[in-house]
Amino acid sequence: MAPTIPAVRGIISAGGYVPYRRLDRSEIAAFFGSGGGRGTRSVAAYDEDTTTMGVEAARFALRSAAAGTEPGSLWFATANPAYLEKTNATAIHAALRLDQSSPAIDTGGAVRSGVGSLRAALDGREPVLVVSADVRGGLPTSADEAAGGDGASAFLVGDGDAAPVIAELVGSASATEEFVDRWRTPGDANVKQWEERFGETKYVPLGEQAWNAALKAAELTPEQIDRLIVTGTHARAIRSLTRRLGVAQEAVVDDLAATVGNAGTAHAGLLLAAVIEAAEPAQVIAVVSLVDGADVLVFRATDAVASYTAARPVAAQVANSGALPYGRFLSWRRVVTVDPPRRPEPDRISAAVAGRTRDWKYAFVGSRDQSTGALHLPPARVSREGGAIDEMERAPMSDVPGTIATFTIDRIAYSPSPPIVFAVVDFDEGGRVPIELTDVEADELAIGDRVEMTFRRLFTADGIHNYFWKARPIRG
Amino acid sequence: MGSHGIKDQVAIVGMGCTRFGEHWDKGADDLLVDASEEAFASAGVAKDDVDAYWLGTAMSGMSGMALARPLQLQNKPVSRVENFCATGSEALRGAAYAVASGAYDTAMAIGVEKVKDSGYQGLVGAGKTPTDGTGRTLTAAAMFAMCVPAYAKRYGVDAEEMREVLAHISAKNHYNGARNPRAQFRREVSTETICASPLMAGDLRVYDCSGVADGSAAAVVVRAEDAHKYTDSPLYIKALSFVAGNCSGNADPDYDYTSFPEIEAAAADAYAQAGVTEPRHEIAMAEVHDCFTPAELLIMEDLGFAERGTAWKEVLAGTFDLHGEIPVNPDGGLKSFGHPVGASGLRMMFEAWLQLRHQAPEDRQITTDRSIGLTHNLGGYPGEMVSFVGLVSPELG
Repeated sequence: MAPTIPAVRGIISAGGYVPYRRLDRSEIAAFFGSGGGRGTRSVAAYDEDTTTMGVEAARFALRSAAAGTEPGSLWFATANPAYLEKTNATAIHAALRLDQSSPAIDTGGAVRSGVGSLRAALDGREPVLVVSADVRGGLPTSADEAAGGDGASAFLVGDGDAAPVIAELVGSASATEEFVDRWRTPGDANVKQWEERFGETKYVPLGEQAWNAALKAAELTPEQIDRLIVTGTHARAIRSLTRRLGVAQEAVVDDLAATVGNAGTAHAGLLLAAVIEAAEPAQVIAVVSLVDGADVLVFRATDAVASYTAARPVAAQVANSGALPYGRFLSWRRVVTVDPPRRPEPDRISAAVAGRTRDWKYAFVGSRDQSTGALHLPPARVSREGGAIDEMERAPMSDVPGTIATFTIDRIAYSPSPPIVFAVVDFDEGGRVPIELTDVEADELAIGDRVEMTFRRLFTADGIHNYFWKARPIRG
Repeated sequence: MGSHGIKDQVAIVGMGCTRFGEHWDKGADDLLVDASEEAFASAGVAKDDVDAYWLGTAMSGMSGMALARPLQLQNKPVSRVENFCATGSEALRGAAYAVASGAYDTAMAIGVEKVKDSGYQGLVGAGKTPTDGTGRTLTAAAMFAMCVPAYAKRYGVDAEEMREVLAHISAKNHYNGARNPRAQFRREVSTETICASPLMAGDLRVYDCSGVADGSAAAVVVRAEDAHKYTDSPLYIKALSFVAGNCSGNADPDYDYTSFPEIEAAAADAYAQAGVTEPRHEIAMAEVHDCFTPAELLIMEDLGFAERGTAWKEVLAGTFDLHGEIPVNPDGGLKSFGHPVGASGLRMMFEAWLQLRHQAPEDRQITTDRSIGLTHNLGGYPGEMVSFVGLVSPELG
């Protein structure tokens, strides 16, 4: 009887998403006289939420994996879900065109759920796509407003059957204790925190306990750690614990505090994705997360990482950004309400119509006339070339780049953040769609510019979020 | 093709048109009564003499009762029709085909819109059809604004010149409207004022965009052989054409926003019905859908008044001015009247009714040897529109 080979379980591909906009923290004190700080923090656009950012990270992760790699399940964690009661992961499932047989579930409304879901997926058997996202902030001039960041991460976790594992899990451990450090009651906008010194006395011992247990399980010493991520929701405890872990300073990964901020539920994943995209074979990567306890994951990059290319590296997204004036930040976060255009608010969308058109609406799938090749966006039954009826095949277009054929600016139409910048986009594979642009200022546009599709939230009416796609300039 | 037209079979024998503007004191009912009263008087008929009605309104009433009730019609057929901004012309089609068929002897086409009751800036969409939320929310101004850089690029017109061309169109229409007591805006506007007005969408400024207004207009039609019973100077319908676009322009990379194929097709059908072979040399005047100045520019080429790529030069040369070779929008156009959606098509026909029969006010009356007038509506956006073209003349044959 042949010896059984122990299953290798780990990360097959990773994706991190950092939104385009940055708030310069110095603008906060310039405006209010206090608060803020140095550097920048990432800001989700007015048309982004945790679900849309989760979609973007997940798309990057799937594009980075070998073609045809399909997750068996989709899990989504965020402390700021777009919906309560209704599953948010199903919208991500729809945008990714996952099979109807793949379950899509929300895995919790707490910050710890991010690393927690990743840990649970690594313990499992099926290929799981673990997605985390968060929108972080606080009252104007608060520490949370300045230190927070918005972003998302996604990991395709599996055991090397369908596609090679690029980062194998070699050890993990947890330490859990009930104590009140940070809390937010449903309906409240902002997080409250107990005095910091109390949390530090809890986190540091819990962190050390989990760290030691994980290294023991991995049969490694601190000196063997090549990349160390220490993150969580308690900055003091993180600094304090990091000093005690016995890992060389050069191995401690940039926590992106100066550029992106802390992305809460998604932060550990965002940093891990950034490390993986630059990893070399045999490197040992440790993730320590201090959130309501401590979770430690230790990975070793495999040989397969040498031929792995991240579809959209986190580093490129961090480097490509556009400034967001503080006034617009306050307006987007609904701290202030600016005068809207004199146009009617949109009606709520029809669940019945959206249910019929979900391939187009959530996944940007058009149709291609098999007899002439003509692309139809939105999909149609009757071809505009030759008039053939029902000879169409599905044409997924969300990952196809396009070119701006013409564009305009609408200063009157309703928008949560006017004016609307709008373009007619001609796709590389043929096909055309007139569509809204985002992550761009009107004066930055020119005919011929290259754009890519991005999943966004157009508006909310009667509490129903209207998700669809917009185009944005290709950067990085 | 089986589109034969009804040339010389139907005559307009009376028309009415209210003042267009912000009628805060009048509802749709009032405007319908005012326009119909004027049309009945113009034709010398009582309302009971009219056998059938076509009511055109996009957003100011549903069902034929929207006319039957305010007019207190007695057991008359009324069809309420809608076709975006060609609604008024659509009503005329219905009424004209009804008498041409012999089903009725006398019919009325009447259009009305109460736009100012919405309280919003610009036209707000009619109807609350449930959607999946993926439809465009752009204003018409923004969609038509896309034609400006497209036309300029294709025909090598620099931005400054384009701005002048569009301003000329706007200034011309205001010049004409200043001479029209029924218009909403009755002051001349200089090209300097136009070029300095606030930006609305793309490169379009306030004065490139027609406004919204309330109004109503009506026409009484009979078979041509009965026209003499009503008037010595009827206006004969030479052609009525309509194209409902299939919206492929916004899905087809070959459409380049420098023309409106639906208008070109509707014009071709109308010219064929009427026997017009050289519109530039045969058309006496035209009322066209100047919702935005670039629309009027492109329409000149779609109607065959100028070769492709040359309309901009013709505009600057004054070809379409009030006393140019083909006066376009001699009544002031949508620019001076605003756009009560259901009424505009009939308001255009009202100007043809006055001009071709030499009954326009002296300071606006055109002088021409030609006898054929053209009215045109479009409804929708570049790449996806409906278009109507009508041809009328006081002469038979």
